[in-house]
Amino acid sequence: MAVSTNTILICAGGACISAGEKSVKQVLEEKLREYALDGVVRVVETGCMGACDLGPIVAVFPEGVYYQKVNAENVKKIVEEHILKGRVVEEMLFEGPQGKITEEVHEEHPFFKKQVKIATRNLGIIDPMNIDEYIARDGYFALIKTLTQMSPEEVIETVKKSGLRGRGGAGFPTGLKWELTRKSPADKKFVVCNADEGDPGAFMDRSILEGDPHTVLEAMTIAGYAIGGQKGYVYVRAEYPLAIERLRNAIKQAREYGFLGENILGTDFSFDIEIRIGAGAFVCGEETALMNSIEGKRGQPNVKPPYPAQKGLWGYPTLINNVETFANIPPIIIKGADWFASIGTETSKGTKVFALAGKVKNTGIVEVPMGITLRELIYDIGGGVPNGKKLKAIQTGGPSGGCIPAEYLDTPVDYESLKKLGAIMGSGGMIVMDEDTCMVDVAKFFLQFTVDESCGKCVPCREGTKRMLEILEKITSGEGEEEDIEKLEELGQTIIDSSLCGLGQTAPNPVLSTLKYFKDEYEAHVKEKICPAKVCKSLIRYVIDPDKCVGCTACARVCPVNAISGEVRKIHNIDPEICTRCGSCIEVCRFGAISKVSP
Amino acid sequence: MVKVDLDKVKEIVEKVKQETLEEGDILINTLHAIQDYYNNFVPPEAAEEVAKLLNIPVSRVYEVLSFYSMFSIKPRGKYVIRVCKSLPCHVTGGREVMEALKNKLGIEIGETTADGMFTLETTSCLGLCGVAPVIMINDQSFGNLTPEKIDEIIERFRGDENA
Ligand SMILES: Cc1cc2nc3c(=O)[nH]c(=O)nc-3n(C[C@H](O)[C@H](O)[C@H](O)COP(=O)(O)O)c2cc1C
Ligand code: SF4
Ligand code: SF4
Ligand code: FES
Ligand code: FES
Repeated sequence: MAVSTNTILICAGGACISAGEKSVKQVLEEKLREYALDGVVRVVETGCMGACDLGPIVAVFPEGVYYQKVNAENVKKIVEEHILKGRVVEEMLFEGPQGKITEEVHEEHPFFKKQVKIATRNLGIIDPMNIDEYIARDGYFALIKTLTQMSPEEVIETVKKSGLRGRGGAGFPTGLKWELTRKSPADKKFVVCNADEGDPGAFMDRSILEGDPHTVLEAMTIAGYAIGGQKGYVYVRAEYPLAIERLRNAIKQAREYGFLGENILGTDFSFDIEIRIGAGAFVCGEETALMNSIEGKRGQPNVKPPYPAQKGLWGYPTLINNVETFANIPPIIIKGADWFASIGTETSKGTKVFALAGKVKNTGIVEVPMGITLRELIYDIGGGVPNGKKLKAIQTGGPSGGCIPAEYLDTPVDYESLKKLGAIMGSGGMIVMDEDTCMVDVAKFFLQFTVDESCGKCVPCREGTKRMLEILEKITSGEGEEEDIEKLEELGQTIIDSSLCGLGQTAPNPVLSTLKYFKDEYEAHVKEKICPAKVCKSLIRYVIDPDKCVGCTACARVCPVNAISGEVRKIHNIDPEICTRCGSCIEVCRFGAISKVSP
Repeated sequence: MVKVDLDKVKEIVEKVKQETLEEGDILINTLHAIQDYYNNFVPPEAAEEVAKLLNIPVSRVYEVLSFYSMFSIKPRGKYVIRVCKSLPCHVTGGREVMEALKNKLGIEIGETTADGMFTLETTSCLGLCGVAPVIMINDQSFGNLTPEKIDEIIERFRGDENA
């Protein structure tokens, strides 16, 4: 048997695949064959390595050298230089947020050092299609431990003591939910994994499902044992075909190994798991809507109570937890509740996985201990705002969340602190916004999302959000009147008070929180008809600075509507009546002569 | 008009039934399978046959078909292109990508090209914001897009057809 001298990990997370990973792998394997290295160098496709915007990422072990932005061309160098000659390919080295990572220091790099990986412990390390790799990293040991050494009550006690709270948004104590479900009398019970991740800017669950599907299956089976359930469903959104494929494969393997099915590990506990696929409705992430959808109905929410723990799928007690919540379970069982509870803050234990997106250098997946400050998260790990721009605000919790202005960067990240600021922990999407972002525009964007996604059952949610959107459209197009701001606040409160489900109850949050911190920006739109960030099209003009314009004609050639006049080497001019504010001319002017002004 | 082969519908329903373990409602999974088979839409005859085979009222099938945005009872293109319209994609050039697609295909959102190849739709976040802006073509996703890349991708899919 050939001995592997090197292992090349290649990130096959969704983002890296979309950035061309498949062709990189193909060329990599061809090259290895060409040099007859295919027997000695192992190529493993892993889940997300966390730095998606720098992908596709390739890591060479045992040295632990990470390469970024690998493509079908430059991957040859990794084989010819690094593998054959042992020379690190300097220009392709992973840079992360600050500075390059070379072999000796990569674990010292803040991008890695400040992270604590529990839920994402296997991401980017194991091949998600291979159950043996999961087992090699203590996979299914927690299940063996629970089935052979623990009573269901002990499992529940451990989860309770760990302090784990739901990672799907609401932060409900997980152990307590398990206990309530166990205590509901019934001859049949279900376990559901909520993998409908729909918040814009959130992709933590996607990464876990794609990178480590077995951890979810293992945890669901443990939960099944704890609550006295027989069957589990993973409800995945249809937009995640790769996650579905890897889960399917994982379920098949787990059955073959006897971790799922009849008499698991020779005990009298039987449990099996199936996948149910969504079909493009955000509201199905709400637990009662999700269960309606599993039952094959329209995914509209029901009134609570009864809670799923009392009456869930087909009327039976049902435990529903989020993907990341489940991913924390196996380590808690193996390492114990005290270990988990020692991480984090008083009320928020353990870690949280965040998806960093927007105007931040390192967009991707990071897992940090609760209580870390936003500053550490955005700057030390995320690398700060690119292009020397100033940070303006951070949006957490997607369409149900709020904005945190830059002044509050030293706030610790935990459920309570974020709530105090009018934002929420949410599922973990974190969108970073720089000075070029208009907060009214952002609020409008989120509201458009809710208007599109409201299931229509409640009038305040269906009609109220539309009214709010109309007002925001009025304001951003320069037609706003002073009473509009008040109307927004009133409408928002009504919607919060009278909607049935969390979608409606939180829909006004993005508007209310931007109103709280950026009221002056709303007022500038309304009173002075100015968009201070120069985003709202109706309130800006594009102008050419006669002192800088050299008459190169580049702008006139690119303008799609011929709004720019001027002869070669003469000063050019933009006709605001014709200009559609598309922004193309700014991009092409190499002399920085074009700018936006408001009004 | 697509000809619906009722035996084929039956075969699909049986297959989905086999893949599921016990009771449980398989309507949504079945409709996904039917939609895949008929190139991105569920023909009315097939919907009616599904209702019959699953022993449920046709109205329930239509209720479900109309509620979920990923189902269509109108024929769609061989390739359904879904453009992400959520914030992270929007702020990283999603708008330009959308314009490029509309120009390239000569259609608006919700329309299908005359040759029946492409349908243009929007979607909310695809969870690939790390490589925004993003589109999905049937089950494949593409990231870090620019108008030039759109051109290339569409040409490649058109080429596939000729091959
Ligand atoms: C509109 C709406 C959408 C939701 N979307 C999700 C989702 O995509 N994923 C998720 O885990 N929870 C989502 N939730 C929260 C779930 O209802 C539920 O609280 C959660 O799945 C419970 O799991 P946890 O206790 O492990 O967090 C959503 C709630 C609402 C109101
Ligand atoms: S609040 Fe909105 S989304 Fe929730 S049930 Fe009512 S209408 Fe549907
Ligand atoms: S912003 Fe667009 S439409 Fe206006 S002048 Fe520049 S290129 Fe022309
Ligand atoms: S998908 Fe490759 S780093 Fe995230
Ligand atoms: S916002 Fe487009 S993929 Fe997330």
